[in-house]
Amino acid sequence: MKDKKIRNGNFNLESITHVAVDKVGVEERVARFQTRSIKNEAKLQGLKMVLSMIDLTTLEGKDTPGKVRQMCYKAQHLHEVHAGLPSVAAVCVYPTMVRTAKNALLNSGINVASVSTAFPSGQAPLEIKIRDTKFAVDEGADEIDMVISRGKFLSGEHAYVFDEIATIKDLCGNARLKVILETGELATLDNVRRASDIAIYAGADFIKTSTGKIQPAATMQVTYTMLMAIKDYFDATGKMIGMKPAGGISTSKLALHNLVMVKEVLGNKWLSNEWFRFGASSLANDVLMQIMKSETGVYQSSDYFSID
Amino acid sequence: MSRLEVLKTYKIYIGGQFPRTESGRYYSPLDKKGKPIGNICLSSRKDVRNAVVAARKAFGGWSERSAFNRGQILYRIAEMLEGRREQFISELQMQGSTKVAAEKEVLRAIDRIVYYAGWCDKYQQILSSVNPVASSHFNFSVVEPTGVVGIVTPQECALIGLVSLVMPVICGGNTCVVVASENSPLCAITFAEVLNSSDLPAGVVNILTGTNLELNNVLATHMDVNAMVYGGKDQEALKSIQESSVLNVKRVISQVKDWMESNAQDLYLISDTQEVKTTWHPIENIGGASSSY
Repeated sequence: MKDKKIRNGNFNLESITHVAVDKVGVEERVARFQTRSIKNEAKLQGLKMVLSMIDLTTLEGKDTPGKVRQMCYKAQHLHEVHAGLPSVAAVCVYPTMVRTAKNALLNSGINVASVSTAFPSGQAPLEIKIRDTKFAVDEGADEIDMVISRGKFLSGEHAYVFDEIATIKDLCGNARLKVILETGELATLDNVRRASDIAIYAGADFIKTSTGKIQPAATMQVTYTMLMAIKDYFDATGKMIGMKPAGGISTSKLALHNLVMVKEVLGNKWLSNEWFRFGASSLANDVLMQIMKSETGVYQSSDYFSID
Repeated sequence: MSRLEVLKTYKIYIGGQFPRTESGRYYSPLDKKGKPIGNICLSSRKDVRNAVVAARKAFGGWSERSAFNRGQILYRIAEMLEGRREQFISELQMQGSTKVAAEKEVLRAIDRIVYYAGWCDKYQQILSSVNPVASSHFNFSVVEPTGVVGIVTPQECALIGLVSLVMPVICGGNTCVVVASENSPLCAITFAEVLNSSDLPAGVVNILTGTNLELNNVLATHMDVNAMVYGGKDQEALKSIQESSVLNVKRVISQVKDWMESNAQDLYLISDTQEVKTTWHPIENIGGASSSY
């Protein structure tokens, strides 16, 4: 533990291994976020904000340059029928697709995020994870979404996880680092909180719930626990950390619940795509359909929207 | 000893589940003596939305099932209905039928389901065709289900009316959202319980109770509903549905029949919610003795 790289301020690894999360309290608080009445105008504003926060994602073995280009096109032209819609924040792809995405998004202002460190399992030697990350950065990725070593974390090697994140952070340069905790594999909210603290103190710019490959993914309980870690860190140091729930958020309603939660836990400062993102592939169309529903007054059909 | 009367709450049927209406509202239709016959959900536009989502989700699987399997499942519905005859008869009586008329209506409903179960793997041959064309093409037309169909059932004949409109639609591989009779909704929901216990995949039939005034046009304007079947007699309501349906050029089919008649059933009720796809397939030779078809 002696070569631990403390990046985000003073931090004692031991101190965070005793954090306990009140699960019942979390459930109750989260249930209350879902009862807020959001009036039409605020809802429309919220939906547009959701669009601007989406990391449009394709992370499949069957991804091809063609598929990535199609998605990049969609990112820039969400629904041309309706003027004045924001574009998404970023597209999220595998490292081998970064160059393709970069070229397709030239001058669009949309970032390219690349997963790395042997996504999604993270089961690879550190040197391979380093090369994976370097490759993505060299290809031009603006953001790096790394996964933590859950196996190491669960076997109690917190320092290893910490050092790994710190090492990857060093390689990122100007690229912002999102750290995926894969909370579906961490079993308890205590572990989620612990992993969040480790990631934040090791240098994460963002913490992210899931890879999208494991269920459950971004439940509101998990996201709330991570937001609390961000809040406590902000209270202690004054530094902001971003949050990205990913996986399972496929409806506008759920996305709006998340925004309510962010606003009430962290405040308005986090309500921009610099500090909050949704990792999603099918959310964008649902939000677009809701926006068009607000505008036209009738329920929409996916037949009239682009393919995810 | 007198017992506390249990007044059943009839919940709506969406995606194979029986949720309460999202709006939390209820109404209690009365029998002839002015006594409430049940607590019925007063569905809202959001229930329509949820039902259409469920129907759309079920469409792919249902339309791609083998025709024979669809027939088996429809027959299973008839079997399950047969087993619950008494309940339907008593509910129809609560809704104002005489015992004789109620018995007749239930038997007719069972027979009608069997009738459409038989058509499931046969209508394709009758409605499809090979067409004579002048060019060297093999030209053929096949029928495909329209998609998600909104069905507004007639106010009277609550059971047989519903069965007669729903069966040809699902027989043809469509999925549907049904607005039950406003005044006589009991057997619509009990019928949903029958559907739910008869191998019919979740979401193929979704049944809502409530007012036509509130639900019809939400269905008719919905962009993801591909056709409307209106079984009522109200010409104003029909006109309103037709106007709303212009938005995504839905098919609107008006069906007014005496559904208790034994011949109020035919192939053309199935073809109403079918789309014809015609294919021009180039061939070398046409019309000669050596023509390959």
